[in-house]
Amino acid sequence: MSPAIFYALVGVGLFCLGLYALIVRAHLLRKILAINVMGSGAFLVLAALAKRTANAAPDPVPHAMVITGIVVAVSATAFALMLMSKVAAETGQAVLPDGRSE
Amino acid sequence: MEALTLLQWIFDTLTGLGLWWLAWRALASPQLFRAVVLFVAFGLLMALAWVRLDAPDIALAEVAIGAGLTGALLLAALARLTAAEKAQNVADQSGKRKYTVRTSRWLPAALLSVVAAGLAYSVLSFPPSSAGLSVEVAANLDISGVSNPVTAVLLNFRGYDTLLEMLVLLLALLGVWSLGGLSPPRAAPAGLVLDTLTRVLTPVLILVAAYLLWVGGHAPGGAFQAGSVLAAAGVLLLLAGWRPHPGMTQLPLRLVVVAGPGLFLVAALFTIVMGRHLLEYPPERARILIVILETAAALSIGTTLAALFLGERPRDKERP
Repeated sequence: MSPAIFYALVGVGLFCLGLYALIVRAHLLRKILAINVMGSGAFLVLAALAKRTANAAPDPVPHAMVITGIVVAVSATAFALMLMSKVAAETGQAVLPDGRSE
Repeated sequence: MEALTLLQWIFDTLTGLGLWWLAWRALASPQLFRAVVLFVAFGLLMALAWVRLDAPDIALAEVAIGAGLTGALLLAALARLTAAEKAQNVADQSGKRKYTVRTSRWLPAALLSVVAAGLAYSVLSFPPSSAGLSVEVAANLDISGVSNPVTAVLLNFRGYDTLLEMLVLLLALLGVWSLGGLSPPRAAPAGLVLDTLTRVLTPVLILVAAYLLWVGGHAPGGAFQAGSVLAAAGVLLLLAGWRPHPGMTQLPLRLVVVAGPGLFLVAALFTIVMGRHLLEYPPERARILIVILETAAALSIGTTLAALFLGERPRDKERP
């Protein structure tokens, strides 16, 4: 197993870890963190697969995509945090009602 | 040679396990503050992984944006959250209810193990070596105007992605402003250390941003890294209590924020009118075009990210 495949597998693990936390954690800040971890996992898979070029320089196209993705992720995070603050200001807790308690 | 390979494997294994452990603790530790700090540490360790994957451009972007700015945004949001929860609890003591998750944790865990196994299988079934598009990029690098392949892809070969990304960043800011913005962070007087540090670091950060912008043509760096360093300078200034002059938050701020995507759109239209493809620059002018577009993009990215951190909607002149 080459380091590229190893890091791609680490990325797969991070993605699933984030998805699990996104499902089971109720707090919205925790969900935003989980989505960011999922994104990091996906980026790691992309950039790791770009390094399958024997001894040559890695493929720059996935690298450029990951840089674009990091900026998009921070934009989405900023917007999500704003929505969370609005929910917290309205209800006093940063948790979405699940519909069964009300 | 053998010892070096073994050392690298030990390093890779520790990095991978460290990433998993930090991510898990960030998502599971009971205190939110600790979770955010662990997430920032996770971003820094990600930067090490990027360096191991020969991706120094991504490492720079990850440290500045993924760990730095996201961390600042998360901590600011956490401070607002604590204030909101306190205010609500004082107003309504009886309405407090502890939220518990009633869903089983074993079902998602079991299903996600299947997903993980499927994804791992597909990763392992990829061919072990593939040049991807690196051959095509290397063959056309001469006409791109820059010698750093990542910058060539970002600003020339796939400039379309960067154009759309600038628009996403603008949309996020418009979204925050349209929904009324946020209460500004507490304007506590800055301590001596923060005050001095801000005075010393701001010019240095601006210099570093300019260097990263220029060096991106032939070495790791570029508009995104420069923009995020500029944003870091803005965040430091805002934390130290500095606020832009009210006159600057009207037209000047909006002009800087749309300069990046605006110039990109102009370049896109211009290349179409010239009878070329979208964002296909004439090779002899590519270098100067990329420098202009990157400068505008870096200024817009820096300003937009700092404005997202502040979160406060600029007030209109008519409506106080």
